[in-house]
Amino acid sequence: MITNVIHRRRRAQRLLLLLVIMLPLTMLLALGSGAVKIAPGDTLSALLGADRGQASLIVQQIRLPRVLLAAIIGATLAMSGAAMQGLFRNPLADPSLIGVTAGASLGASLLIVAGGSSLTGFMGLSLVSLAAFVGGVLAVLLVYRLASSDNGTSVATMLLAGIAITALAGAAGSLLEFFTDNERLRQISLWKMGGLDGATLPRLLLATVVAGSVLLVLPRYALPLNTLLLGESEARHLGIAVNRTKLALITWVAIGVGTSVALVGTIAFVGLVVPHIVRLLIGPDHRTLLPASALGGAILLVCADALSRTLLAPTELPVGIITALIGVPFFISLLRQRHHYGMQT
Amino acid sequence: MSVLTLQSVDAAPWGDPVLTDINLQLEPGEVIGLIGPNGAGKSSLLRLLAGDFAATSGSLRLAGRALDSWPRQQLAQRRAFLPQLSLLNFPYTVEEVVLLGRTPHSTGLRADQDIVRQVLRATDTLSLRNRLYTQLSGGERQRVQLARVLAQLWHTTDMSGTLLLLDEPTAALDLAHQQQLTTVIADIAARGCAVMLVVHDVNLAASVSDRLLVLNAGQAVASGSPEAVLTPALFRELFHAEVLVQPHPNGRQPLVIGL
Repeated sequence: MITNVIHRRRRAQRLLLLLVIMLPLTMLLALGSGAVKIAPGDTLSALLGADRGQASLIVQQIRLPRVLLAAIIGATLAMSGAAMQGLFRNPLADPSLIGVTAGASLGASLLIVAGGSSLTGFMGLSLVSLAAFVGGVLAVLLVYRLASSDNGTSVATMLLAGIAITALAGAAGSLLEFFTDNERLRQISLWKMGGLDGATLPRLLLATVVAGSVLLVLPRYALPLNTLLLGESEARHLGIAVNRTKLALITWVAIGVGTSVALVGTIAFVGLVVPHIVRLLIGPDHRTLLPASALGGAILLVCADALSRTLLAPTELPVGIITALIGVPFFISLLRQRHHYGMQT
Repeated sequence: MSVLTLQSVDAAPWGDPVLTDINLQLEPGEVIGLIGPNGAGKSSLLRLLAGDFAATSGSLRLAGRALDSWPRQQLAQRRAFLPQLSLLNFPYTVEEVVLLGRTPHSTGLRADQDIVRQVLRATDTLSLRNRLYTQLSGGERQRVQLARVLAQLWHTTDMSGTLLLLDEPTAALDLAHQQQLTTVIADIAARGCAVMLVVHDVNLAASVSDRLLVLNAGQAVASGSPEAVLTPALFRELFHAEVLVQPHPNGRQPLVIGL
């Protein structure tokens, strides 16, 4: 495939523009879908407060926080995934590789088994969410410590340490599940599947502040990430503060993914598939890859959540199942023509 | 002022010493070739100068200033390193890869593209510029990486004070492109860029270098002009190989013939 730099950048701009237009449209459609269907026009007037009926109540009170939460979490997961793939120079890297998801699961399981699931923490956050966040961040810190030596942090060792910690946390989690009673087992299992049904205003606020700052900070590392794809030494030879960049990226990704796991549980594939698709379309330049992934992740999760509410309405499917069901076939079809896009792995 | 000054430098990045008591001075526009058997410390010397690890003792100065006291970005504007292996497996276009070489400079896309065009032409990769790096052959990739490090230091007239480190830049190149590399090196050296390179082909090293530095077991065992350094005795001692050293038909360098 022949691609001029200017053309490639223009195409990236066009994709960004397209995604910027699609996101609000998707959100509008998602606000209208669910057990009670509302036409887009009525959704809009409900949003603007023009109509004070039942539609307004449903849209503003129930669906709006949920759709916004889905967008923010989707964006954070996808952008974190893009940053991790760049850092690990591996298009198959996923935020969960550094242990955050497994650590969060263990944290949540521990609290549920200890019987703390009915207690509330602060700002409408359950103690389970807090435990998940703490577990996720602790796991990343541990992985980072294991991979660090006087010579800096080895990305390859981090990957292996991440796998080890994930396995360890998984084993500990299984042990807990093995010894706990059926009711708690079901709680753990539901929590792990993830869901956006707990979207309340305080949670949305928290997500906006924390994940929002991750979304603002990560794009500042676009140029260092671009050079990191050449190799760590090469990035250093180009004047990049490699160790500082790595630490910053890992920290922000841990915060972003930790928050998202704490709020909505584990949602698979968004962080892996979205950046991969975007990269196939516009190339690996992180200056456009990061924002486009964020927008794509937001759209995917908003769609997936809308589907999870409508497919078996009034029953809600866990959103993680939907993201996998949408993302994977698309991903596989792209993989089958990957040579067309110049991907080797 | 010398571009590079090394005084009794020792390095032991992994415990055992890999470089011992290295003394070296490199002037602007000088080309120095490193030769020696496998494991002699040639690549280690380049990586030490590239800042991949620190010296355990001795002094390293770039343009009169201690190497580790240079601000990152200014250092990257002066010193570039072409490693033996490239890890890049993301589908950048060739032009994008070479543009990354301009990262330490803030000269703007237009000026950068101009420089990129010049280095692409110098490395015979201009026709590849819109191809994806991941779809290139080994030799093409090596030329693109060479273009990237050239872009990092490139200046059309004055390149004095810059240092280019090349680790086996010819390993994957065909004969025509090896000769082209020789021309490029002579060309940037004429503009004041100091070049240090590792080449296994001693005849190529002799033709491109003003001076050869012979390393063995981490120590400098000989240094000087190709005529002075390349002797049958050296090859017997270092490589355990019997060679014939003749004057080259071009009259400018010795010619080493393996027996």
